[in-house]
Amino acid sequence: MANLEVEYCGVKFKNPIVTASGTFGFGYEYNEYVSLNEYGGFGAKGLTRQPRGGNKAPRIAETPSGILNSVGLQNPGVEVFADVIMPDLAEKFDTNVIANMSGNTIEEYAEMAEILSDTDVAVIEMNISCPNVKHGGLAFGTNAAVVEELTKEVKKKCKKPLVVKLSPNVTSVTDIAKAAEAGGADGVSLINTLLGMRIDINTRRPILANNTGGLSGPAVKPVAVRMVHEVYNAVKIPIIGMGGVMSGDDVIEFMIAGARLVALGTGMFVKPDLILDVKRDILAYMDRFGIEDINDIVGTLELN
Amino acid sequence: MKKTYNCKLIRKEELCPGIFDFEIECPEMAQAAKTGQFLHITCGGSTFLRRPISICDTTDTTLRFCFQVKGEGTKELSLREVGDMIDVMGPLGHGFETVPGEKTVVIGGGIGTFPLLKLARETDSAVFLGFRTKELVVMEDDFKAASGNVTVCTDDGTYGYNGFAIAAMGEYLLENKVDRIFCCGPTPMLKAVKQIAEYRDIPCQLSLEQRMGCGIGACLTCVCETKDEGMGKYKQVCSCGPVFDSKEVVL
Repeated sequence: MANLEVEYCGVKFKNPIVTASGTFGFGYEYNEYVSLNEYGGFGAKGLTRQPRGGNKAPRIAETPSGILNSVGLQNPGVEVFADVIMPDLAEKFDTNVIANMSGNTIEEYAEMAEILSDTDVAVIEMNISCPNVKHGGLAFGTNAAVVEELTKEVKKKCKKPLVVKLSPNVTSVTDIAKAAEAGGADGVSLINTLLGMRIDINTRRPILANNTGGLSGPAVKPVAVRMVHEVYNAVKIPIIGMGGVMSGDDVIEFMIAGARLVALGTGMFVKPDLILDVKRDILAYMDRFGIEDINDIVGTLELN
Repeated sequence: MKKTYNCKLIRKEELCPGIFDFEIECPEMAQAAKTGQFLHITCGGSTFLRRPISICDTTDTTLRFCFQVKGEGTKELSLREVGDMIDVMGPLGHGFETVPGEKTVVIGGGIGTFPLLKLARETDSAVFLGFRTKELVVMEDDFKAASGNVTVCTDDGTYGYNGFAIAAMGEYLLENKVDRIFCCGPTPMLKAVKQIAEYRDIPCQLSLEQRMGCGIGACLTCVCETKDEGMGKYKQVCSCGPVFDSKEVVL
């Protein structure tokens, strides 16, 4: 039997497939289609220090092979997650939970890391790249010096592996990845969404109430794969790759580029049971090439 | 476990230019479907997301849904032919809540009339259907077979009651005691019905529409505004709705 188990930042994942924060709620909805236990882990909805209502609707617009969203981090707040949601998830499911947090200040990030460290989450993902909120988020993620400082301060309070989520909306993603590594990050995840806009030509107004939103789906996959490849060559910490995964072949592509874990996201809106197809495809690929251990393909890209 | 279904299109009709009436075969979904719920449909072509379309009616083995061609997705869907297979998630959402024995009003406008057919049949309702003009009046016979009290209205007076369905409903409410109002239609109609119902202290349920992602409550994109604050300020139309108590939502 081929081995799908992967170790990421010292945590065992039964397979390399996780989900992207913000596409998966807290897992309960998709658990009605496929047991959460099928996933190596899942990325829970992005949390903030206080509950947030999010942006006005419309929050979603279709684009060629993708979507724009501008949810704006609607969430119940880190304390409800830590006190109610995470204990329930830990009791009901046998899978790794990747918590995701966004802050307005360095202190807020550190405080949230402290709160989440006392829960059963496997990994904490630090979102410094949300394009849909006015404060924090992307403002942190585009400046290497700030990323290093933020990571360093959060690490002091964080007792779980800390993964920094990188934005593609930067001149050099490798500079930011190196800054996260220098600040002590245990891993990086990429890519968050690409900032975009769609206009209704009849009203001459943006379709999204927030005017702009984050692009995801197959449209962004080549950008994501390129960035994972660049970051893999720039840092030693392990990568969670994501962006437009629609199949097991896409997962393999990200892993060859250098990702140790790969997240499904927007694709699940179309196929809620995507994980099942993905796992079947991965096993078929491994069988075809005689690969016994999925870890053997990570970062095996050979350039032309 | 819930799943997606590959359903055969067994009947297709164009009710008036750009408005299509589809019937698909799927006993499991047909028997599970409640009035006011919707289907999340892969339209084909180069469209990516599924499109949410309300269930119009069901038999033991089939589901009927009607839609207007508005954008790429509905255009692609309209090109499907009888015998084609359609990928459908459903039935989804929180539908109308009916109480046996109640005297109710069902009011719909334009394409918002479609989700009300099954409801009209399952309740003791006075039904008010509003259309812009005579050429756009559809499914009148279906509604008349479902309910003994149907008033078709046209905004321009070219057919039936001369004026808005809301006006016809208003006249009816002056002379009849009603336990509940159900509405689906364009936002101005929803707003007016909400206002009338709350003024007269009649419980009222509204079926809302929003651009949608996952369809099951996870992605938080298809929200409507509510009177709550914090996390609950916006609720998912797909899973908390599409039918809401009128007092819960801010339109």
